[in-house]
This record gives sequence, C-alpha cells and structure tokens, in this order.
Amino acid sequence: MEEKKQRAPLISVEHCSFAYEGAEAPAVRDVSLSLQQGEFLAVLGRNGSGKSTLAKLLNALYLPTEGRVLVNGMDTADEARLWDIRQCVGMVFQNPDNQIVATMVEEDVAFGLENMGVPTEEIRPRVQEALHAVGLEAFAQSAPHMLSGGQKQRVAVAGVLAMKPRVLVLDESTAMLDPMGRRDVFSTVRRLNREEGISVVWITHFMEEAAQADRVLAMQDGAIKMEGAPRVLFSQVERLREIGLDVPAAAALAHALRQAGVDIPEGILTPEEMVEAVCRLHWNA
Amino acid sequence: MSIALERLTYTYMPDSPFAATAVRDVSFTVQDGDFFALIGHTGSGKTTVAMHMNALLRPVSGRVLVDGQDIFEKGVDRRDVRRRVGMVFQYPEYQLFEESVKKDVMFGPKNLGLSQEECEQRAEEALYRVGLDAAQIGERSPFELSGGQMRRVAIAGVLAMRPGTLVLDEPAAGLDPAGRRDMLNLVRALHEEGTTIVMVSHSMEDVANYATHIAVLDHGTLAMEGTPREVFAQGKRLTEIGLDVPVAVQMADALRERGYTPPQGLCRMDELQAWLLAHLERRNGAE
Repeated sequence: MEEKKQRAPLISVEHCSFAYEGAEAPAVRDVSLSLQQGEFLAVLGRNGSGKSTLAKLLNALYLPTEGRVLVNGMDTADEARLWDIRQCVGMVFQNPDNQIVATMVEEDVAFGLENMGVPTEEIRPRVQEALHAVGLEAFAQSAPHMLSGGQKQRVAVAGVLAMKPRVLVLDESTAMLDPMGRRDVFSTVRRLNREEGISVVWITHFMEEAAQADRVLAMQDGAIKMEGAPRVLFSQVERLREIGLDVPAAAALAHALRQAGVDIPEGILTPEEMVEAVCRLHWNA
Repeated sequence: MSIALERLTYTYMPDSPFAATAVRDVSFTVQDGDFFALIGHTGSGKTTVAMHMNALLRPVSGRVLVDGQDIFEKGVDRRDVRRRVGMVFQYPEYQLFEESVKKDVMFGPKNLGLSQEECEQRAEEALYRVGLDAAQIGERSPFELSGGQMRRVAIAGVLAMRPGTLVLDEPAAGLDPAGRRDMLNLVRALHEEGTTIVMVSHSMEDVANYATHIAVLDHGTLAMEGTPREVFAQGKRLTEIGLDVPVAVQMADALRERGYTPPQGLCRMDELQAWLLAHLERRNGAE
C-alpha cells in the first residue's frame, strides 16, 4: 500500500468537467481521481450519472471541457500522443454485437493491430497470446456470431489485450449477458488484473461485481459522491440507496438485522460471510 | 386468460444444413392470473417459446391453446390473438419510432381501426398505467426521454391494445438497480390489476421475489416447473443446469449444513430475514 501511494498514478483525472454540445448541465462535473498501477476500480451510478462519459474521458474519446486527464503522464488533449494514449487505455463496451468487425475470431482480434501497422509476423503470436489470455484459443477460427454473448465479450477483451494496454476500461460490458456469461467475463478480467497486473476500470450496475473490486466509486449527477474499499462503501446502505444504488444481497440482510438489534459485524459482503457471522451468534431455542 | 403449450417443438431453418431445433416437446400451462416466469440460459429456448404465445412463430409440431382454442387452427384470427396476448420484446425502446410519445402509444389501437378519440383515450390510460403523465410528456419526442422512460412508453404501446396477458422478455435488462426495482414493481402492479404476466428472465432474485409460477428451460426442453418454492427446493438441479440459486436459498442451504433448520422452500430474502429475526438473540431487549 505504501509503495503504491508513492508511485505516480497510471491515470490521473484532475478537476475534469465535460458538457455535451447543447446540453444544459455538464455530464461530468469537477471529477478528480487517480488510478494506480494494478488497481481494479469499480464505478457505480444510476443511468445518466456520468459513468460512461467519464470512461470516454480516460482514453481521449472525449476531451474535458475543463481540467485535464493524464494517462501515464501524457495529457489526453495532446493530439500528438493520441495513439499512444489509446494503446495504453483500451475500452470494451456494452453490446457484444456492436464490437465485432470480422467474420473470424482471430481476424477480429487482429483488427486493431493491423490498423496500428504492426508487422504481419508479429500479429499472429500476439493474437494467439490474447486469445489464450481470455481462454478462447480453441475458437480462433470460429465465426463470431456463433459464439455466446459472454464469449463475444471475451473476444472484444482479447482485441484490446492484443494492443498490450496497461489499463482496461469496461463500460457495462456484462449488462447484456446472462449470469453465466457475466461471471465468465468478470472472472476473466479479474484474473488478467491479478496475474498480468493490468489495471481495470469496471463500470457496472451489479453490486456483487463491484464488491470484488479493490476500490469503488459511486457517481451521481456527474460527480463522485462516495468512494472507498467495498467493505467500507457497502456498509453505508442508506446513503447508497439515496443515490439510487444498492448493496449486495448479503450486505443488505446484515444491515437489516443490525437495524433490528442483532449483533452482526459491519463489512459483510458475501453469503458465506453472512452465514459465518450468523453461526457465531446466540440463537434462541 | 390461460395459455397452454402442448408438446411444442420448433426448428429454425428446417430442411436446411442450418436446421436447429430450439424447442423440443415442451408442455406447460400459464393459468389465468399467474405471474409466470420463464427462466434458462441464453439459447435455452425461452424467447422462442414466448414468441409462440402470440402466434409470432408456428410450431413444427404440438399446439398452442389460448383460452382453450388452438391458435393455429384454420380460421383463427391470429391478429386477434396478438391483441389479446401482448408481447414486449427485449430492449423494446429500440422499437419506438413516432414523433411523439402519444402517437407512438396510439399506433396499435389505430391499427385496430378504432376512432381517434378512442385511441387517444387508450394512450392516456396506458401511459398512466406505466406511471407516465400524457399531459406532461405526450407531445414530446420519445427519443428525448431517459432509457427507463422510453421502455415504459414501449410497454404502454402494448397495453393500449388492452391485452389480457402480457409477455415480457427481460423487462429489466440493462437498467440500474433503482430502475430495475421500479420496472419490476410496475410489472407487479399490472399483475395485481388483473393482467396475466409471462416474464422471461435470467435473474433468479427477481423470479424468487415476483413470480407465482416458474418454468425452467434447458437446451430447449422443459427441465423443471412449479411454484418458486418447489423449483428452488431443487437447488442442486438448478446448479447442474448452470443456473444461479437465489441468495436466500444459498444461505438457507448453508445454514442447514451447519445444523440449523430454516423452513423448507424458503426462497426470498424477506423470508430468511424474518426467520433469522425470530431465532437470533438481540441486544438489550431490542424488539
């Protein structure tokens, strides 16, 4: 932790605001945050709270109307560094069907590399490595439309990984998937974070996913309203509900029992922890 | 209003190299007044089954009976079936197209050949039922609304046909937690007003909280059917199919393994909470 703090952050957002053309109110207002090397950061917020706009500020898809964003020391407003910034911060979006461009999985993953002008002999190993990283090497020659939603999203993740980014930004990339596809994509990205040290910004509506992050941000009306480690953040049940968010089911139950005078410790996030805590209590007959 | 499926089988692109049987020999009945949930993986056949309920697909074999009548028999007016069984697709907001909210909702009634006055009245009523005020947003473009509001407008368009049964394919998909709760409460309110509901879902929590009856599909066949209690009592079976079990069921099972005795068939969080409160000791005499 000490060591992390001393290092310069990988991304630093400094007092950023962003307004869409013709909009009355800015979509992002005076947001400051830093993302450390290797960190898994979850971002929560209602629809329209500014999460996606913030995501697009992180790799120069949007430029802040006020403030600045530094990616590995590069200002996103510096046009000369645009491709370096985009290579460093890769994005995966919500709809798996809107992100596939080729008729074969390996061609789809190679698409970004070809555009970057990477030499042909280097493309193949990088594509293979990326497909291996998301567990889809067996599907290299498959047609993307024959894959499940979760597999398609992993193809999208592989396409970004092939660019060797240092940060992955995933904007509700599990929203359109079924529970199995969602777990599949989440655990793939969580593993890449742990094993390869890739930093992650994970935008989601699923509290159970955010509970597994290193740190969580909650946004409302374009601003960061709450921030902290999952155990700290999710113990503030009332405040989260006030801004239209929720807490994981086990945390909600723990909170309700505590309110009713049962001696349950704070910071419970999972069903296992909840059962453990309950078993330690005194039971009436 | 009841919908009975009898040995329903459906094959996409039959007699071609791409032939794929999506639903095989499925039978179940949605009873009048049910809040019926259809659950299963992507590709399990949920949507294919749902599309038979208002005659959008014709079974390769088997029958679909609406109020006892085979809707694919000769001489049956299938447009009338579609009016009586309303279908709300996934992400229905993508199907809005009119220049104003009211016109969009009036589109269905107009196609029924109803008078302008009747259509307007139905649109206002339908918007009211989904929690929107026609006077406030009726003249606005649907595309200026928020995603959640657009979805409500799309549902109002189906309600304006005054269907006795509403089939909704993942109505809460992609919404934030508060939007999700609002949407499910809206569906529950429609149910309480007397509409029979068929909801396609892959959220076990939603199904445990809202449904009165469940059918579980797996690879195109009916794997399980019953009340939430009956279905969720077979947690192992659901896990084998690769489906989730509601968190309350997971915790009740774990407590049973530790020697506690939560009631069998418990499947909602509020039930688990009530049971725990009845059995756990509280601090300094708190109620």
